[in-house]
Amino acid sequence: MAKHIAAKVMDIPPGERLSVEVQGRKIAIFNVAGEYFGLRDACPHMGGLLSEGVVIGLVEADRPGCYSYSRGGEIVRCPWHGWEFDLRTGKSRFDPNRWKTHSYDIEVGDVQQLEVETVDVTTEGEFVIVNL
Amino acid sequence: MPANQKLVIADCDIHPSPKSVEKEIFPFLEKRWRDHYQTYGMLLRQPYQAGPAYPKGQPDAARRDAYGPNGEKPGSDLEFMRKHHLDRYNIELGVLNPLKSGQGLQNPDFAAAYCKAINDWQIAEWTSKEARLKGSVCLPYEDAILSAKEIERRAGDPNFIQAFMLIRTSEPLGNRRYWPIFNACVEANLPLAVHAFGFGGTPVTGGGWPSYYTEDMVGHSQSAQSLVTSMVMEGVFERWPELKLIIVEAGFAWAPALSWRLDRIWAQNREELLHVKRPPSEYMADHIWYTTQPFEEPDRRGHLKDIFEWIGWEKLLFATDYPHWDFDDPTRIPLPRATDEQKQSFFIDNARSLYGV
Amino acid sequence: MPHPPIGAIDCDIHPAVPNLKALLPYLDDHWRDMVVQRGVHELDSISYPKNAPVTARPDWKPELGKAGQDLGRLQKEALDGFQTKFAICNCLYGVQLLYTEDMAYAFARAVNDWMVSEWLDKDERLRASIVVPPQNPDYAAAEIERMSNDRRFVQVLMLVMDEMPLGRRRYWPIYRAAERCGLPIGIHAGSAYRHPVTSVGWPTYYAEDSAAQSQAFQTTLTSLITEGVFAEFPDLKVVFLESGFAWLPSHLWRLGKFWRGLRMETPWVDRHPLEIAKDHLRLTIQPSDAPPKPEDLEKLINHFDSDEMLLFSSDYPHWHYEGTNAIPNGISEALTNKMCYDNPLKTYPRLKEAVT
Repeated sequence: MAKHIAAKVMDIPPGERLSVEVQGRKIAIFNVAGEYFGLRDACPHMGGLLSEGVVIGLVEADRPGCYSYSRGGEIVRCPWHGWEFDLRTGKSRFDPNRWKTHSYDIEVGDVQQLEVETVDVTTEGEFVIVNL
Repeated sequence: MPANQKLVIADCDIHPSPKSVEKEIFPFLEKRWRDHYQTYGMLLRQPYQAGPAYPKGQPDAARRDAYGPNGEKPGSDLEFMRKHHLDRYNIELGVLNPLKSGQGLQNPDFAAAYCKAINDWQIAEWTSKEARLKGSVCLPYEDAILSAKEIERRAGDPNFIQAFMLIRTSEPLGNRRYWPIFNACVEANLPLAVHAFGFGGTPVTGGGWPSYYTEDMVGHSQSAQSLVTSMVMEGVFERWPELKLIIVEAGFAWAPALSWRLDRIWAQNREELLHVKRPPSEYMADHIWYTTQPFEEPDRRGHLKDIFEWIGWEKLLFATDYPHWDFDDPTRIPLPRATDEQKQSFFIDNARSLYGV
Repeated sequence: MPHPPIGAIDCDIHPAVPNLKALLPYLDDHWRDMVVQRGVHELDSISYPKNAPVTARPDWKPELGKAGQDLGRLQKEALDGFQTKFAICNCLYGVQLLYTEDMAYAFARAVNDWMVSEWLDKDERLRASIVVPPQNPDYAAAEIERMSNDRRFVQVLMLVMDEMPLGRRRYWPIYRAAERCGLPIGIHAGSAYRHPVTSVGWPTYYAEDSAAQSQAFQTTLTSLITEGVFAEFPDLKVVFLESGFAWLPSHLWRLGKFWRGLRMETPWVDRHPLEIAKDHLRLTIQPSDAPPKPEDLEKLINHFDSDEMLLFSSDYPHWHYEGTNAIPNGISEALTNKMCYDNPLKTYPRLKEAVT
């Protein structure tokens, strides 16, 4: 896999997201409490931009009326039809096996220590790196 | 513009909104009604001042990305709508369907005044500035006489291409109390569009009020079916053979099954329905068009092809419902396999021919 | 339309309560006295006006009295006529329409006891649904428990339009009792008329009331699924009686589409409504809203994506077809057999039991 710089860490503070284009692919990078996740920035339904969706927690229920709420900030709803995607895996919540968006391997690092295939960015500070 | 979209299209359901009622609508309201609005607001047959008792799935029921660059409310900024929507999708004809237009207000005089103001506003802020957009004559439909007056007022005005109202009326639309509306539409040569929602005050189902917003939304399809049944069984299409009805945002895949059902029931109850001279399916085929948003999504597109063939490709009108959340992207809807002619018809020609533009 | 094969199971026939007087022996002293001295009127719902065409096919209508009230005629016309092995009796006398819940309960008990004495005891081909008062779901549950011991009762009967959509938790005691007793819920066309029969108000014509039933079945299915009735009662089956059935696939597409985006509102709905319906919902075939061309009906049946959902019914004595031609044109032989034998047996397991 080739590593590419997606963004500077300081561009995506906790709770925020950024849409970037890497090697022709639109990728939505989310910062969830300091962890970075990358999803293909296109809902598999009709292509809505996940980077513009609202991030929520996971709502489940064992029984009608008994709601459980967990994983705050780890689910994104597509801004169009509201499909929920797990930021960690890119899988939809309603049908994880059949409907999903690609999930990218993301790491944070200093570009000098990683072999990074991108060009002419300042090498100060930390970067969000995507593995393609 | 998406690369795969070369076709020029019509969007038969766009929802404009004023940025501010005081700034944009007040200029078209008499002082008496401005004062009334400030004192009482808009009192509909619904429990809350702010909105329905089924909170939506997204704020303003809007796409999250439809707010303007300076936070403008979805659908309120023409410049943003041009870039974000009209140019992007190569829309040559956009039909404006203003919601929150005073329709269904408990006070019929206020409803009439507000609808008139919304109609004036459409010209001032939208259709006079953008040739691709056409307005709808919003009707204070619970008062059919005042509605007819509003239609007459706008007849012949090229800013408007249809009359507009909501599906959940206080009585089924074919009921004779609404007949002056059909008369006026036909005389003005305007199709009548009926759009999901409404404030008739009747429960969302014939068996009472459901619990969830999901049910409210799915229920528009059932409300539309009851509306169509009424229009047919009351003989509205028999009386006004030139009347054209457009079902907006209430689905369409239900139409074939309804037509078969109504034919059976009509055939059995001819004595009660002497005024309904032809089978219901014929009236439906001749008089009713359907906008396709929210697009139907069976697992197999072949199944949807059956529906398209049963209804007829020429009766279906593409629409996006911009800027609402359940938006249909013209390049991504799972359209059944279609010839180029069928696509052309579906995306633009049906609308041009229906509206005569 | 073809005839059903021999030995089919008829999932919807209507023996008729001739009049209120016929139920008096089955009321206790208090209610009998009240009914008589108050002059309580007949409880015939406006859903089936006495002489409306649909209510009674002309050759099934007697000179005097109601179609379906005479045992001998029902045996000859429905049972022998269709050569059915079993027929499930759904009594439509309108006990669900009363506002007074105690009175409704008394009448429900009376109808069920009358069904036993006048019908089930007199022809071993007959089975029945337990009539319950939805006005008070706890009473309804008690009545289910009471009648369930008689294994000839194979279902619980409700009307499709009541005070609230039928998925609402208010009705759950009924579903709990039914599931516990291994009985499906049979939801029949009709209404308690608490509300206008459509979501857009009261119609003008009787034909519109008839037509409105299919919309009521649609909203009822939406309610049952979104409220999580099948999540809470995983062994419960529901049968839609006289719904027209052709509306089902397109309705599930719409419901499924909204569910995908609004799942968080009803998170107990854990799979596509179409999958839930395949497991839990069955529909009788008469009246049939089938398209006129057999090839179109074949296409419509494909939309169901299941051969397990349809159940044969004659809907005797309602008028939908001539002779015994109760199977719509375009249903394959394989599906006909499933509709007439396998699906009813699976839906009503009590039918497999020997009854002493």
